[in-house]
Amino acid sequence: MKNSQEASLENISKEKATAEILIEIKNLKKSFGRLEVLKDISLKLHNGENLVVLGKSGSGKSVLIKCIVRLLNPDGGKIKLLNKNVETLRGKKLNELRKKIGFLFQSGALYDSMTVKQNLEFPLRRIKRNLNEQEIDKKVKEVLENVGLADVLDKMPSQLSGGMRKRISLARSIILDPVIMLYDEPTTGLDPVTSDEISELINSVQEKYKTSSIIITHDIACVRITADHIIMLHEGYIYAEGKLSEFEKSDDPLVMSFFK
Amino acid sequence: MKKLKILNIKKVKNLATERSVKLSEKTLDQTEKANGFLTEVGDLSLFIKQIARETFSRNFEFKEFLRQCYEIGNKSLPLIIITGTIMGLVLTIQSRPAMAKFGAVTMLPGMVAVSLIREIGPIITALICAGKIGSGMGAELGSMKVTEQIDAMEVSATNPIRFLVVTRVLAATLMLPILVLFADAFGFLGSWIGVNIKGDVSLVLYIYQAFGSIDFLDFFPALIKTFLFGAVIGIVGCYKGFTAGRGTESVGKAANAAVVLSSLLIIIVDMIAVQITDMLL
Repeated sequence: MKNSQEASLENISKEKATAEILIEIKNLKKSFGRLEVLKDISLKLHNGENLVVLGKSGSGKSVLIKCIVRLLNPDGGKIKLLNKNVETLRGKKLNELRKKIGFLFQSGALYDSMTVKQNLEFPLRRIKRNLNEQEIDKKVKEVLENVGLADVLDKMPSQLSGGMRKRISLARSIILDPVIMLYDEPTTGLDPVTSDEISELINSVQEKYKTSSIIITHDIACVRITADHIIMLHEGYIYAEGKLSEFEKSDDPLVMSFFK
Repeated sequence: MKKLKILNIKKVKNLATERSVKLSEKTLDQTEKANGFLTEVGDLSLFIKQIARETFSRNFEFKEFLRQCYEIGNKSLPLIIITGTIMGLVLTIQSRPAMAKFGAVTMLPGMVAVSLIREIGPIITALICAGKIGSGMGAELGSMKVTEQIDAMEVSATNPIRFLVVTRVLAATLMLPILVLFADAFGFLGSWIGVNIKGDVSLVLYIYQAFGSIDFLDFFPALIKTFLFGAVIGIVGCYKGFTAGRGTESVGKAANAAVVLSSLLIIIVDMIAVQITDMLL
């Protein structure tokens, strides 16, 4: 695996030598008490790329993207996001950077006390204060159409199905026109058909909004639809890295356990 | 023989080691508990500092503040009205025999009024609100934490302290004195009903007798402490919700801890307020 991994890394670096690097992580470490979740993670996200981070439950995938947006503070290492060192940013400067990032949470994280419309308006009213009511309405309708839901504006999150919640959550994430999208297990808890629809939606969002994405998942169907490049986490380290075809051809037992 | 001796020595050594291990475990456990308590005090202080900073920052969430005022004030009103009425009624019925012994039944409205305004109205209302509002805040924010809604707010560059906490704390601080006024007013009504069970006093005469016994200095310190009670309920409720763990079990724990801690703090604040009032007046 290692030889093929090294070879593929060389090819990738040649292909992307000219591409802009949006996220660069070096030697990231994160522990919770005595539990070392991330021991030494280094990766890059290039412009226009869909990077899938694969791994077993508890391998630290979600911790990784939460460190990127500083929902969690890393214990060591460097995270460069849009050419800014995330770990040194505080308050307003950190928020300025966060405005350029969309985050789709595993649970959807829709605000239960608000309607779908209020959920979608929430970031707009606070970040883009210069917009008037018509412009806000137009933007809300536009993102809803882009995620394939138009008639749910006045519904409460509790009245929506799992797939619809994910779509609304995705709509809320893209409403500020982010440069980078971070997806935390976007298809978990959904049936195979809806999972595929959400995976296709991730691709369509990337096309329409010209975003680059990190997709955390252990759903191979989602990997097959979305991945440009894959990183596999295992026991706090990057275990394998390459393209989908390389992972599918691999004879490594751990990789095979995902792709069989 | 030699082997036996070695075994005995070993046994003694093991006992000594076991004892020292037990001791060190106990010390570590105690240290951890003390550390946990101090961490909690430190975290709460930092939380209050953040609330103070965000309260005076720009872009105050006025709409959310009004919604919280409605949730806290209007929705607690029926409970406060019922409790206040019963409080006045019971206090009057219970005090009547003692007052009758001294031939001071005519002073009953005045005595009940002073008790209600100075102490019973504020403290009972605050404890009821600690149960209703404090637990509600703990559970709501705790479940928002568990379902990553607070994280979602933070990631979308919105300060969750400003939106969720400042609005709730200010609404609780402003609504509690109003609820106490309602509790006092309906307490008077209950007391008037109580007086009329065994007597015949018109409402106008009752009010005249009640208000004749109280002055501004009875009312003002009680009003000030109700603002503090409201702030305590808001801060503790939000703090417990905000620091809830990750599982659903922690939502219940946050709600429970919010009620217990805010009730305890209300009683402590009341004791301090009474001492200060006593010294000043």
